Amino acid sequence: MPLSIPATELMEPGHTACHGCGATLTMRYVLKALGKNTVMSVPASCWAVIPGELPYRTLDVPMIYTPFAATGASITGIRESLDLQGKQDYNVVGFAGDGGTADIGLQSLSGAMERGHNVFYIMYDNEGYMNTGVQRSASTPAGAYTTTTPVGPMRNYKKQPKKVVADLMIAQGVPYVATATVAYPEDLIRKLKTATEIVGPKFIQILAPCPTGWYFPPEETVEISRLAVKSKMFPLFESIKGKFKLFRPGSPVPVSEYLKKQDRFKHLNEAEIETIQKSVDERWNELVSREKTV
Amino acid sequence: MKSVTEQRLLVTGNEAAAIGVKLSNVRFISAYPITPQTTIVEKLAEMVSKGELKSRYVEVESEHSAMAAVYTAALAGSRSYTATSSHGLLYMHEMLHWTAGMRVPLVTSVVNRAIGPPWNVWADQSDSMNQKDTGWLQVYCESNQETLDTIIAGYKIAENRDVMLPLMSMEDAFVLSHTSEPVTVPNQSMVDEFLPEYKPEFVVDVNNPRGYGSYATPEGPFMELKYDMVSSMERAKSVIRDTLREYSDTFGREYSGLTENYMMDDADYAFITSGTLASTAKYVVNKLRKEGKKVGLIRIKFFRPFPQEEIREALKHVNAAGVIDRSVSFSAGGSLYSDVIASIYRKLDVPVSGFVAGIGGRDVRISDFEHMFSLVQDGTEGMQWIGLKEVD
Amino acid sequence: MVLMPIAETPSRNHKTDSWRVQTPVVDYSKCIRCMICWKFCPDDAIEISKTGELASPNFRISKMEVPVINLDFCKGCGICAYECPEKCIDMTLTGGVTL
Repeated sequence: MPLSIPATELMEPGHTACHGCGATLTMRYVLKALGKNTVMSVPASCWAVIPGELPYRTLDVPMIYTPFAATGASITGIRESLDLQGKQDYNVVGFAGDGGTADIGLQSLSGAMERGHNVFYIMYDNEGYMNTGVQRSASTPAGAYTTTTPVGPMRNYKKQPKKVVADLMIAQGVPYVATATVAYPEDLIRKLKTATEIVGPKFIQILAPCPTGWYFPPEETVEISRLAVKSKMFPLFESIKGKFKLFRPGSPVPVSEYLKKQDRFKHLNEAEIETIQKSVDERWNELVSREKTV
Repeated sequence: MKSVTEQRLLVTGNEAAAIGVKLSNVRFISAYPITPQTTIVEKLAEMVSKGELKSRYVEVESEHSAMAAVYTAALAGSRSYTATSSHGLLYMHEMLHWTAGMRVPLVTSVVNRAIGPPWNVWADQSDSMNQKDTGWLQVYCESNQETLDTIIAGYKIAENRDVMLPLMSMEDAFVLSHTSEPVTVPNQSMVDEFLPEYKPEFVVDVNNPRGYGSYATPEGPFMELKYDMVSSMERAKSVIRDTLREYSDTFGREYSGLTENYMMDDADYAFITSGTLASTAKYVVNKLRKEGKKVGLIRIKFFRPFPQEEIREALKHVNAAGVIDRSVSFSAGGSLYSDVIASIYRKLDVPVSGFVAGIGGRDVRISDFEHMFSLVQDGTEGMQWIGLKEVD
Repeated sequence: MVLMPIAETPSRNHKTDSWRVQTPVVDYSKCIRCMICWKFCPDDAIEISKTGELASPNFRISKMEVPVINLDFCKGCGICAYECPEKCIDMTLTGGVTL
C-alpha cells in the first residue's frame, strides 16, 4: 500500500520519551517533511532529554541544545552562519515547547521573526511544562489541572484562556503561520512543505498531546489529538502571507467529548464545561470571520 | 619585525576593539546597545555598511540573544563576536556558562561598567568579576593598543585545540572606551598569517549529525566535562604565553604573558591591580622610587586563567603587597585580593593588604595610591575602602 | 585535545524494551498492511518489511510490504493497537496474557 507520509526516518528508535509521546511524533513528522538537510535547535524542554543521555543522539540531523530563552536567537546565529558559508539549502529549525515559546522564549522568538531570517520555528504544544512535572504555561487551556493550578477546594484550575502564539505570530506579520497536530500527519507534513516554499520566517504550532501530563492512557494520544480538532478546542488553520484559511472538521463533537477523556479536566462541573464550550464557540466564530475579512 | 605598511592611528579603546575585530576576519557579529560598549558595535556596523568588513551584522533584541546568536553562529562554522557592558553582561550570564561549556571559542569585548542600582555608567569591574566562574578566559586591558591586540591574539588562544574556551577582553569604561590614544594597527596580511581562517573541528554538518550539548547524569561524563574545562584553562596558560610571544615577535610588541611586572626586580613592596588602575600605579611607582622607596607593580592581565605561578614568583622577595580591586565582592574581600591570597597560601609569608577603590568610576588619585602604599608598609590587614566620602 | 559535550552514538544502540509491560502481537491474517500503526508509532519501533512470508487476509495483500514491530524498542504504549482499523493488534501482558 502506498505510504501517506514519507518513509524516511530521521528520528531513531531508542529514545527516552514517555509512552505514547505526542512531542516525539511531532519531531518524527517534522523531520519527515524537512529531510536530511536540517539543523535543529532545541531549548530546555522534553526534547532536551528525549534523545537520551550522552553519548546518545536520536536525530540523524545535527541538534544544538540551547538554554531555555534562546531558541529564536539560536536559529538566527545558525541560519546566518550557514548562509555565510553558502549553505542556503539547509533548513534551520527551532523546535521548542510551549513554555519555551509562549513564556520564557517569546522575546527571542519575536526578535527572530521580526528580523525575517529564513527559519522554521516549531512550537510543539503540550500545554504546560511537562518535562519539569506538569506546571501551568501560558499555553495551558482554561480549566486544566496542573501541578501549579491544582484545583483543590478553591477551584484553582487554570483560569486564563490559552495564549495562542500562532495568533501573535500572525499579528506580527510572519509570512507563514499554521497550526497542526499529530493525528493528521499528512496535513502537518503538507504544511511544512508549503512553508518550505516561503523564504523567510515560518511558525508552526503543533498540538502534541501528553499522556503523562494530561492524564490519559498512552494509547489514546492520536485519538485525543483528533478530538482536539473535532471539538474545535485546537482549530487547524494556516496563514500564508496574511491569507487566512481555517480547516473545518468533518464531524464536529462537543468539547465535553474531548475534556472527559483527560483527567486534567475531570474536576470540571457541567457549568464550567459549558463556559469552556462557549469560549470555544466564540473563538471559532472569530476565526470564521477572520477568514472572511482577509 | 615591524611591517612597513602598519598604520598609526589616534583612536578610542572602542574603535581599537572594532579594528581588532575587523583584522581578525570575524564573519558574524551580533550585539545589543549598552553604554559604554555601544560605540564598538556602531563602528562595526559602519564598517559593514561601508563594505570594509565582510561580516553579517545582526541586531538582536537582547544581550542574552546576542550571546545565543554568536555561539550558534560559531558552532555552525563562522568566527563570531559580540560586545557588551554591565547589566548587558549580567543578562548574558546564563549564555556565558553555556558557551564555555559548549567549548565555543568566541571573543567578546566587555567595557567594564558599574552595576546598579543606582544606575551608573562609569568604570567598575564588578560586571566581569561576576563572570569569573563561567569558564571564560578573562583579560583586563590597560591601553587601547592592548585592547586591539587582545582581540586578534584572543581568537588564536581561544581557538587553540587544547583550549577551546571563549575569551572575554575587558577595557575600563570611558578611561579606555571613549579616550583616544595612538594605536599601531597591524598589517592585514600579517594578521591573516598569524590568525588563519576559522576551521572548527566540530562544525555543524548534516552529513555528520551530532548532538551539541546533550545531557549527562551524575554517573555520566558531567563531572569529567567540567574537569576538562578546568584542565583546559590550566593548559591555556602555556598557550597564552606562547601566543603572546609570537604576537609580540610578529607585530613588535612587548607582551610578556599572563601578568606584567613593572619595577619588580628589586621591589620591597608591590601593588597588584588590573586594568587602567595599573597606569596610575605605574606613575606612582615612579614617583615613590624617586623618593627612594623600592616599590613595584604586578599587573594582572589574565584574571582567568589566574596567574598563580607568576604572582608567587614576583612576590618571592617582597616585604609586603597591596591588592587593589575595582569591584565589589560582598563580605568576602575583593575577587582579585582573594585569588592573590589563595595563590600564595602556605607558599609565601608575605603580608597582603586589600583595597577596594574606584567603585562606580570614582577617581583613584595619586594621593590615594600613596595612602595605600603607606598602609601596605604598615602591614594593614583586611579590606580597606579607599576614597569613601561622608554621606549624610 | 579537549573533551566535547557532543553526542554521537545513534540511539538505536540503546534498547528500550525493558520499558514495556504490554506487548503488541499482530494477527497478520487480519492485517491489511495499511501502515497506520507504522505511521503513528512514537518510538519509531515499527519497521516496514519487504518479506511476504507472513499470514495475510488474501493473496493480493500477501504480496505487500508488512509492518513488523521491533521489540527491542517498542515501549508498549498501545497506539498501534488503538489506531488499527482492523483491530488486529492485541496488547498482551509480558508473559502472553491478553489485557
